[in-house]
Amino acid sequence: MKSVESSEPSTPLVSTDSLSSPLRRKRKKGVAGYAVVSGYFVLLILFGVAPAIYAITLAFTASGGHFTGLTNFIKTGEDFRFLPAFENVGKYLFIWLASLVVIVLGLALMLHSIARRVSAAFRFIFYLPGALAGAASVLVWLFMLDPTVSPWRLFLGIFGFKNLGQTILPGHLPLIFAIIAFWAGAGGWIVVTYGALNNIPNELIEAAQLDGAGAIQTALRIKLPLIKKWIVFMLILAFAAGTQLFVEPQLVGEASLGLISPTWSPNELAYYFAFQDNNFNYAAAISVDLLVIGLLCAAVLVFRTKLFEVE
Amino acid sequence: MRLFNRIWSRTASYIILLAFTAFFVVPVIWLLFAPFKTDHNLVFQNPFALGSLGNLFHAAHVMFTFEDYALLNWLKNSAIYSFGGIVIALICSIPAGYGLAHTQFIGRRTLLGVTLFVMIMPATALVLPLFLEANAVHAVGTPLAVILPFSFFPFGVYLAYIFYSSSVPKDLLAAARIDGCNEWDVFRRIALPLARPIIALVTFFAFVANWNNFFLPFVMLPNSTNYPLPIGLQDLLSATPAFNPGQGGQVPIYRPELAIATIVAMAPVMIVFLFAQRSLVSGLLAGATKE
Repeated sequence: MKSVESSEPSTPLVSTDSLSSPLRRKRKKGVAGYAVVSGYFVLLILFGVAPAIYAITLAFTASGGHFTGLTNFIKTGEDFRFLPAFENVGKYLFIWLASLVVIVLGLALMLHSIARRVSAAFRFIFYLPGALAGAASVLVWLFMLDPTVSPWRLFLGIFGFKNLGQTILPGHLPLIFAIIAFWAGAGGWIVVTYGALNNIPNELIEAAQLDGAGAIQTALRIKLPLIKKWIVFMLILAFAAGTQLFVEPQLVGEASLGLISPTWSPNELAYYFAFQDNNFNYAAAISVDLLVIGLLCAAVLVFRTKLFEVE
Repeated sequence: MRLFNRIWSRTASYIILLAFTAFFVVPVIWLLFAPFKTDHNLVFQNPFALGSLGNLFHAAHVMFTFEDYALLNWLKNSAIYSFGGIVIALICSIPAGYGLAHTQFIGRRTLLGVTLFVMIMPATALVLPLFLEANAVHAVGTPLAVILPFSFFPFGVYLAYIFYSSSVPKDLLAAARIDGCNEWDVFRRIALPLARPIIALVTFFAFVANWNNFFLPFVMLPNSTNYPLPIGLQDLLSATPAFNPGQGGQVPIYRPELAIATIVAMAPVMIVFLFAQRSLVSGLLAGATKE
């Protein structure tokens, strides 16, 4: 503190001070920069970069530690559980992403065209189940899907379901997980999409209406194209997160009396390799597969859309 | 004709919105009502029939005393892991966001880019790699194996970065330097006190993420005394005959008790949601999308 005071004149002649030692100034700032990011940097290395590198190393070696090339990837890829796991998640993603595009956008557009106060109440209600993400949401939906206690029992009865076992048959799971994901996650996306719609200048919408566009035409031709990049953002993030499905099949499997495979999703398969077979190399190979999918999604978002401010 | 069309489409919108309101809200209401009834009531009564306080006390007593207050222990664990992670995340991410926005150093842009990447990537993708790493250093089964990965929260760094670069003008910091602050003072006296809203925001997102996280503690903590609530819920689910009457479980946990455990698990996040409601729905998230 003291040294700084003595080096800075109290009269506003700072410019000459910085002129006299621009280098020193810069270096001092550089040191400060390193100091403030150092804590985060250590965490990033230890819990972001290191595990990824370690997983990659394991994925390319055998349990003895010698390099095996792509063997682990090929072996896991040929495993009879590998394709079904990706297929399951693929079906789930198809339903979940389609519902995001159709229902989330539809609801956001509706909310955007009604009174602000009313729409705020709806948005909050839709957002609320987000508090129950994860295990709690799955438990709630086990109750909802159990025809003996569900408040939707009439509805479930129409489809002829008489007990939980019939509702959660393996073939129904992609749809069920999509419903759970929608219930817990759609509200957040509705809020984001609504925010994006709010950023559209009113003049544009008024101009369209003057030109004779109705509500639906305004929505389809003006509003949606203008928030296109947010739609892409939503789809990519939902896709990336959806590939990682774990807790839902894990918990529903718990309630299914063994009808549902313990390797239903790729992450469950990786978990199975690590914990049941003690084959960390196989587990690492599948983790790397999933990591690559996540990285690709991030790369598309960062490089192809210009959503993130990095100056 | 035009007017008729408009009224019709408005009515249709409201019908659809109300239908979705039912979809989103009915499960929550059912869950809140369930502990007031017996398992038998749940099956044979109207789903929205009111129960009795007596049933609630009975179910709560069974649930809370189950296995020597296991539920409270899981709650305590969840609190320790979540808040431990948040504290370290805040200590590291607020200065980092400031550093990325307002200081110059070699590798700054790279660090920003990497942060963006790991932020977008789903955190779950790193869980098994983290387990393999923790296993290699024999840290599996310790609370730190969960707390430390929780404290790595790149989204928080990004939020702090956006906040500092958009809401704290460079001139303000320059003025402080002119007034004789060194770099550390500029951060501590100017930037840090301004960070209050962003601290609340990072805490909110980190809390929701940590509290609901299932996969990471699931692989890191094999011992049931260390479980946080989500893993505890799974444990209950696997032991209870509630969903599988055939599952010859001996535990007295039925649907009303399970509903209580679920409510306990969601209550803290729900309370935070209610408190953050105004800023969440109108400000923060809508503002986050500003272009």
